[in-house]
Amino acid sequence: MHELSIVASIVDTVTESVAAYKGARVVEVRLRVGALASVVVDSLEFCWGIATEGTALEGSKLQVKTLPVVMHCATCGDVELDGVQSFRCPTCGELCGDLRQGRELEIDSIEIEDGEETA
Amino acid sequence: MTTRIVELRRGILKKNDELAAALRDRYAAAGVLVLNLVSSPGTGKTAFLERTLKELRARGARVAALVGDLETDNDARRLAASGAPVRQINTHGICHLDAEMIAKHLIDWEGAELAELDYLFIENVGNLVCPSSYDLGEKIRVVLLSVTEGEDKPLKYPTMFNSADAAVITKMDIAEPCGFDRELALRNINEIRPGIRIFETSAKTGAGMEEWLGYLAEEQAGRDQARRTP
Repeated sequence: MHELSIVASIVDTVTESVAAYKGARVVEVRLRVGALASVVVDSLEFCWGIATEGTALEGSKLQVKTLPVVMHCATCGDVELDGVQSFRCPTCGELCGDLRQGRELEIDSIEIEDGEETA
Repeated sequence: MTTRIVELRRGILKKNDELAAALRDRYAAAGVLVLNLVSSPGTGKTAFLERTLKELRARGARVAALVGDLETDNDARRLAASGAPVRQINTHGICHLDAEMIAKHLIDWEGAELAELDYLFIENVGNLVCPSSYDLGEKIRVVLLSVTEGEDKPLKYPTMFNSADAAVITKMDIAEPCGFDRELALRNINEIRPGIRIFETSAKTGAGMEEWLGYLAEEQAGRDQARRTP
């Protein structure tokens, strides 16, 4: 629903970060998005072109790594869930309330071209 | 032509998260328990909050509310009838409240200075998707679900239900004519947010309100204790 503002926020952060590299062009932006982040990857891609126009990110690609939900099961330790429809340990079937991964919404890294670090 | 990878590891909503963290510190320092109420439009957040404010005031608690809607101040006027200080936040199209809006509306709020309050309720924009991503610095996120909505709401909106600290089922007085399957609803909530406290309420009849108010009092007392013990 607010994917455009998320993209705008990514553009701001990346623009700030590449300012330290003189003349750099951003080739790719890599995100980590948890399965519970409520973000639609297709919608991010849909607004990417428009939102990056006229910025250092123009023409760049967006790469999204989706992270599954990881819960901590009291018996089995950290377990990866298949989907977000049930928070049961896939090994022992117990419900687990202790979320360890799945809400991430972050810029992992960027790939830049021809930039020289000035800072 | 050379390319290089620059590690950023930056949260995309970092600005909101930082503002929310600052708000959380302010709430803690003031000793006010802050709750963020989220649900679909029409679940009955306002009716539930009207009753909550009235009952808390009758018990001598100092309460205030911020209420978010795209347009109109209808909800603020309803809530203000309780006698509590209320401020409306109109988002003009934005589908959620964010920490910046909260901070802005806390400025110069006469009669509702944080240090003078026991409870501050934030009624979010009716939406089960976007508000889940925006931390408002609240201690307790309360998700509400009405008996008219279908028992599978938690399965359809897992992010919101999973991020909640308490769940309230509203309109229990019409559960029967709606064919509400209580067991199924409770099971679905628990499947998505195992162990969450669930309150079955009716703002109309007052059913379930005692238990809810008891929970609030416990949480508020816990908050006081946390403040006294550094």
